[in-house]
Amino acid sequence: MRRQLPLAITFITAFTLAVQYFIPHRTFEILYEVSQVWLQIVGAFAMVLGIVSLWQLHWGKARGRKPGWGYSIVTLVCLTAMIVFGFTGPTKLGEVGPGEWIGPFNWSYDNVLSPLSATMFALLAYFIASAAYRAFRARTALATILLLSAVIVMLGRVPLGDVISFGLFSKVANWLLYVPNVAAKRAIVIGVGLGVAAMSLKVMLGIERSYMGGE
Amino acid sequence: MKRFFDRLILIDRRVIFLFISLSVIVPLLVKVELPLEVTPEVRRVYELVESLPDGSRILIPCEYAPDVMAEMEPMLYAILRQCYRKNLKVIVTALYPTGVNLIEKELRYMADQMGKKYAEDYVYLGYRPYPAAVILSMGQDFRQSFAVDFYGTPLDSLPMMKGVKNYKDVGLVLTVNATGGTEYWIIYGRERYNFPLAIGVTAVMGADYYNYLKTGQIVGIIPGLKGAAEYEKLIDQPGEAVRGMNIQSIVHLLIVIFVLVGNVGFFLSGQYKKKK
Repeated sequence: MRRQLPLAITFITAFTLAVQYFIPHRTFEILYEVSQVWLQIVGAFAMVLGIVSLWQLHWGKARGRKPGWGYSIVTLVCLTAMIVFGFTGPTKLGEVGPGEWIGPFNWSYDNVLSPLSATMFALLAYFIASAAYRAFRARTALATILLLSAVIVMLGRVPLGDVISFGLFSKVANWLLYVPNVAAKRAIVIGVGLGVAAMSLKVMLGIERSYMGGE
Repeated sequence: MKRFFDRLILIDRRVIFLFISLSVIVPLLVKVELPLEVTPEVRRVYELVESLPDGSRILIPCEYAPDVMAEMEPMLYAILRQCYRKNLKVIVTALYPTGVNLIEKELRYMADQMGKKYAEDYVYLGYRPYPAAVILSMGQDFRQSFAVDFYGTPLDSLPMMKGVKNYKDVGLVLTVNATGGTEYWIIYGRERYNFPLAIGVTAVMGADYYNYLKTGQIVGIIPGLKGAAEYEKLIDQPGEAVRGMNIQSIVHLLIVIFVLVGNVGFFLSGQYKKKK
């Protein structure tokens, strides 16, 4: 029963939702609307599951004094603080308008999270430059094609590239984006689409059961 | 001479970092105006917004966090300026959790700049989890996911939202998006409910969506800071994106120079033969 019940729920839900797409009847529309609400509720619970899992992972690391345990404590403290700030903010729903949304939660967001994430992302420029210089070598014919394409697109997507090439780089960069890039992307998308359809069928028919754990 | 070529492949990373820093700082101090051509994919978005009748509604789902603020903020500002100039009524959602507060602040800033009022000219619906489900449910009724706005006010109490039920009541959906959620808007939104969709994405994401442009599933793309700069040019109000393009130009050129120097050193120092 522990195995059959989830399989039956999966099959019935997946089959009904797949079929409703092709039947424009009010009953199926209602069914679809209800399923959307359910989907969001399940999504919200998944978030709770994620938080619990994050807590367990870092708590275990901190308790066992494993390498990097200090960072785990920082993660746990920040996680707890933001949850507490979020629930105990000075504002109540319906009582605030634009500009009045203040409190420790917003303060932490504006003064900790925002500058930290912006800084981390900005550092990428340095590492990309350093990595490109060290790793981007025309060792083979394919690597040379990649290198030339990258150089043309990098210069073709900025105004300075147009100035130094009299507009040539941007024309070639656009051609690369619109023709070879689209061709490759379509092949990937079609492949992924077929893969997703096959996997969905396998899950629906109970052939693929790894989502239940084990196997 | 060989020693010189050897050195070309051994430039210290701190030297590279210094050059990158200078190439960011110097263009900030020196005012340079580089010519900027508007690409058709950006022009199409602009023209579609321009073609909407005054007073019609536009949905702008914003999904990005502070890490990509430098690219996405100028884009959002340029779009909002155009919308407000045309008196379009703007509905905004934020389906990415760490961007919710940032977007609220940006909306407030632009509304103050353009003298627009909340609930009359723009509405902020905020965040709900599970973007794919939210996008699907909004196709039935916005109230299914957003019974109240970000500030907790019921949607029916907001003057601007009266008579707005679902995507059929908005002239265009223009997502400013730095997440995989862009695909959700195409697959679950546009394909299911058949509304006109345009996207504004980061530069690195841009290349992934040209195939949807060619099939007509999206009407246009604003890719990265360059797209934002082109949009600023179209609305005739150069701002942060145009300034940022000067910096990006120099940094791109510098990276290309470093790559070329590395390759010259690689071939002429004999490393190529050794690797072979």
